[in-house]
Amino acid sequence: MAEMAIKKRRPKNLDLPTIRLPLPGILSIIHRISGAGMFLMLPFLLWLFQSSLASPETFASAREVVGHPLARIILLGLIWFYMHHFCAGIRYLLLDLHKGVELEAARLSSKVVFAVSIALTLIIGAKVLW
Amino acid sequence: MVNRILVGAHYGLKDWVIQRATAIIMAVYTVIFLVVVGAVGPDSFEAWRGIFANGFMKFASFLFLVSVFYHAWIGVRDIWMDYVKPDGLRLLMMIATAAVLVGYAGWAVQILWRM
Repeated sequence: MAEMAIKKRRPKNLDLPTIRLPLPGILSIIHRISGAGMFLMLPFLLWLFQSSLASPETFASAREVVGHPLARIILLGLIWFYMHHFCAGIRYLLLDLHKGVELEAARLSSKVVFAVSIALTLIIGAKVLW
Repeated sequence: MVNRILVGAHYGLKDWVIQRATAIIMAVYTVIFLVVVGAVGPDSFEAWRGIFANGFMKFASFLFLVSVFYHAWIGVRDIWMDYVKPDGLRLLMMIATAAVLVGYAGWAVQILWRM
């Protein structure tokens, strides 16, 4: 019964257009989307990995695939997905250890995740894809 | 009055721990891989293949891939549990997910040991 009373007093805001997801929330949903995206691309990545290792001929064809403009865009996106998932994951591990759980620290660390993951994506993308 | 929610004992905790253990394995491998590739600078087939011909890197790469597949299992299963409400469809998605991931693990063995 006490639970019911608490539930009734909760403030409600269902005016959806006025609800804005804060940065840690955006980080969280991209963490999920990037995980799902990488899962869906696993067969392509495994095929590419296999081709790169099987023989000099398949290595050359894998390189050709990676050089294709469409593949480059997909791979750059996957590098960003990986780096975002990696950096956001480290942030979650730190949150598990109760590091940076306060609001200000959590907002700052989510900004750091976006900055670092985008920077790493550009550096690795420039090295590997161009 | 007992109003208990029925869930398997410790089943959530076990997955929670595995999700983090596999995450740490993948994070460590990511750093090792970037350092090795940065040091070798593989621009030929022989140099690239040489990285994975090394016993330690072969083992570490396999451990990484198995961690990816297990981590993906927990993550993708959570996505089905959040968004797919009909029990039959949800079960089907989970079985399909587990099936492809087990298949990928076999594929990973083939890639690394038959290269």
